Amino acid sequence: MAGVAVSTTINGDHVEYLCQPDETLLEVLRDRLGLTGAKEGCGTGDCGACSVIVDNRLVCSCLVLGAEAEGRQVETIEGMAHGDRLHPLQQKFLEHAALQCGICTPGFLIAAKDLLAKNPDPTEEEIRFGLAGNLCRCTGYDKIVRAVQDAASVMRG
Amino acid sequence: MNFDPRLTNRSFTSVGTRPIRPDGIDKVTGRARYGADFNMAGQLVGRVLRSPHAHAVIRGIDTAKAEALPGVKAVITAADLPDLTNGDGALYDILDNCIARKKALYDGHAVAAVAAIDARTARQALKLIEVDYEVLPHVTDVDEAFQHGAPLINEAIFTEGLEEKPVKPSNVHKRTQYGHGDIHKGFSEADFVIERSFRTEQTHQGYIEPHACVASVSSDGMAELWVCTQGPFVYRQHCAQLLGMEASKLRVTSSEIGGGFGGKTHVWAEPVALALSRKAGRPVKLVMTRDEVFRASGPTSATSIDIKIGARKDGTITAAEATLRYSCGPYAGMWAEVGAMTAFACYRLDNVRTVGFEVLVNRPKTAAYRAPSAPMAAFAVESTIDELAGKVGMDAVDFRIKNAAQEGTRASYGPVYGPIGIGPTLEAVKNHPHMQAPLKKNQGRGMACGFWFNFGGQTCVDLNIGMDGSVSLAVGTVDVGGSRASLSLVAAEELGIDYAQVKAIVADTSSLGYNDMTDGSRGTFSSSMATISAARNAIKVLRERAAQMWDIPADDVVWEKGHALAKGEKYGNLSPLSLKEIAAQSGTTGGPIAGHSELVADGAGVSFATHICDIEVDPETGATRVLRYTVVQDAGKAVHPTYVEGQYQGGAAQGIGWALNEEYIYGKDGRLQNAGFLDYRIPVCSDLPMIDTQILEIPNPNHPYGIRGVGETSIVPPLAAIANAVSNAVGVRMTHIPMSPPRILAALEASTSAQKSESIFGKHDA
Amino acid sequence: MVAVTLWGSLAAVAGGKNQVDIEAKDIRELFRKLAEQYPAFEPFIDRGIAVAIDGTIYRDTWSKKLPEGAEIFLLPRLAGG
Repeated sequence: MAGVAVSTTINGDHVEYLCQPDETLLEVLRDRLGLTGAKEGCGTGDCGACSVIVDNRLVCSCLVLGAEAEGRQVETIEGMAHGDRLHPLQQKFLEHAALQCGICTPGFLIAAKDLLAKNPDPTEEEIRFGLAGNLCRCTGYDKIVRAVQDAASVMRG
Repeated sequence: MNFDPRLTNRSFTSVGTRPIRPDGIDKVTGRARYGADFNMAGQLVGRVLRSPHAHAVIRGIDTAKAEALPGVKAVITAADLPDLTNGDGALYDILDNCIARKKALYDGHAVAAVAAIDARTARQALKLIEVDYEVLPHVTDVDEAFQHGAPLINEAIFTEGLEEKPVKPSNVHKRTQYGHGDIHKGFSEADFVIERSFRTEQTHQGYIEPHACVASVSSDGMAELWVCTQGPFVYRQHCAQLLGMEASKLRVTSSEIGGGFGGKTHVWAEPVALALSRKAGRPVKLVMTRDEVFRASGPTSATSIDIKIGARKDGTITAAEATLRYSCGPYAGMWAEVGAMTAFACYRLDNVRTVGFEVLVNRPKTAAYRAPSAPMAAFAVESTIDELAGKVGMDAVDFRIKNAAQEGTRASYGPVYGPIGIGPTLEAVKNHPHMQAPLKKNQGRGMACGFWFNFGGQTCVDLNIGMDGSVSLAVGTVDVGGSRASLSLVAAEELGIDYAQVKAIVADTSSLGYNDMTDGSRGTFSSSMATISAARNAIKVLRERAAQMWDIPADDVVWEKGHALAKGEKYGNLSPLSLKEIAAQSGTTGGPIAGHSELVADGAGVSFATHICDIEVDPETGATRVLRYTVVQDAGKAVHPTYVEGQYQGGAAQGIGWALNEEYIYGKDGRLQNAGFLDYRIPVCSDLPMIDTQILEIPNPNHPYGIRGVGETSIVPPLAAIANAVSNAVGVRMTHIPMSPPRILAALEASTSAQKSESIFGKHDA
Repeated sequence: MVAVTLWGSLAAVAGGKNQVDIEAKDIRELFRKLAEQYPAFEPFIDRGIAVAIDGTIYRDTWSKKLPEGAEIFLLPRLAGG
């Protein structure tokens, strides 16, 4: 199969790549671009470990084709910190120990960032439903919810 | 062991604080490298062909077409992994499970594998492999497999542990028995006896990271394996044995691990990846899909358990009996035996007997899952205990306190307990505000206890002090949930320096001596013991070096708060030397300063927990909602309390999923019908409340800091705590886990119709 | 001399006795003498036996002393998750 030439923006940088028509954005990020922060937990959109933001919309990158990124703005976990300055969500996840194994963490951070962009002052219930597309098997979510609450408060200033 | 592991009375500076973990930044920035995040030059993609049949003879495999496909570099079958197990039955089962030899024994059993230049080619190649199956009758249900006349899975299995060796093979691999006293006498003394049968369905550990590895075998026999595992040394040993390699020539590096919970204590695809690499002459990356993880890794047992408990009017339990049937997958196991050992471990019983049966079924090989086998037994026992308390007319907590095991009690599994924590967790629960909180209609509160053994084991640590005074700590137990932080705290505590001065890493198998796996709640218990020992060895060197620098005898130098002090009036003008100052001079005082430790950490001490749970049941639909949850557990000493809380919360959440939703569903065709996270539903954020924790610290006398393992016990009580809450909410006793809405609804309807017919008879009698 | 209590399956191999008396100073000597007196124990020892001494379970410390009068209980060696 002939490759598809794609020109896109990832974490603010212009990026070009060739991918197969049936290749997912997750495969492109991980296997072609070396951006392995997004994880494949299921490949069917059920776990959220591969969450990225495309044109301000939270998506599972395993359900998006690499070719569909053409002309769009893609945000991944690798672009969340500014240099060595962590995003408040990243900082609060560390302080609250909102991760144990950490495999789901990039997906949770991206999903939480998207949630807070749309709702800067969510209730506990809104956080719980806002993050219900991301699976964590280690923490029981308690410390994740607290970290997001704390980060939201910091971000509101 | 010249190291004294006994508890010493001391105050703590670092231990008990909550610093940020050393591997944290990498994990929140996406830099941490897990199993599938590693690549090698020239790497191929490995894929596995799996049996669609639950039970079938493999008459032949034709790989010619697949091998001829351009881009395919190797195709392997069982012939490429010849049997080198030399009569070791357990190892043979591991080999047969990695790649089927004569028969496919479950839906998903590996039969062949390919390595190709890319994933697409590998998938195409799998379709070109022709397997000639002779499909056999199968059995996937534990009770059906137990029956005479069930399809036979292994004709060489004759039940062990019977008084006479059976004349016919069966699916029951082994019978085991525990207990003491005379249960017949005990039951005859009881005023109330409750007898119930329970079932629990098979669940999966559900780690979010699928199994993944990169294997590279060179033509000179040297090999490397990058893999997500709970035990790189055990993986090395098994892979080396199965491939006929020398262990020292196989270097296994554990990646960051995206959850394991027991499922990554066992090799599944790693020997296959190594065999593919050996045949192709190139590195091979093999990553399971989620479907493969469900179908072909190691879920826990499905069970069928009968319980009988008797008590006097005063609430004293007089006798207890359990018969436990646990599925093992198609290979021998000791899962029911562990269930039989743990079932009544919380109680003081004069007359107790438990019998376990290991049952073979056409399902994937059972593996350990967090306190393996204990949650199911606890579900059955703790449900019956609650019912019996009601019958006696006692409060559920008071009934348990009255019968709880204590120091000097003979455990149901045999030995007499030393100091234990079941009583304190029950007292803490009795006094917990959660127990007094009001409840509304259709809401109920349940509580239950849980027990787990905890283990230690072989452990090895290197502690190296750099010339700038910073300390690197290399440990061999994989960090599954923050142990690099807790072990750095322990090193800092012992050396008397700042946490920030210590950096812990997990070493590969060529850099450190053998370590047992991170299992049995042993990671922090064992490696902290080795870290303390290594630090004490380093301190001895530091004192000697300080003595050299001062030109005084080493015996006159003591170590206090991170400094060498010269002891005695005559050294009054010598100011203390810090670790950093001594390290800076190490090049001229004898070279690098280090402390090493190789030991067997034993005496982990048994662990108890008691949980409280509030549930709301919707009587229209049978749907449930967990309103409030509290975990009370003994940690011995919490090194990093935040991560201890995390273990308590995580175990409770897994137990809640098991209790309410999760189950393997097999069709009549013997195929798994829900091999994905959509249909095998683990709890999501909106399913759960905050999970409160209370850490008790009853020091373990067999550890210098009093540390016990904390990882596993928290999954033991939830199944029963929730079942008891459901019973208290809507008055039906649930005997089948998971308590999914259809099961609760059916129980409610059965109870309503029973009440109706009772009232009809009542009228009739009147 | 220490009295060693056996778990069910091991007792069956010892001809139904659930307790045996052995002159042994530590776990290593205990296993050696058990294997000598009860050859049928050997596969169990190979598979792994844990020794509970006054309630504390030892799996690998074969140098552990068996104090006079201590309760010695043999159990199968288990693994966790």
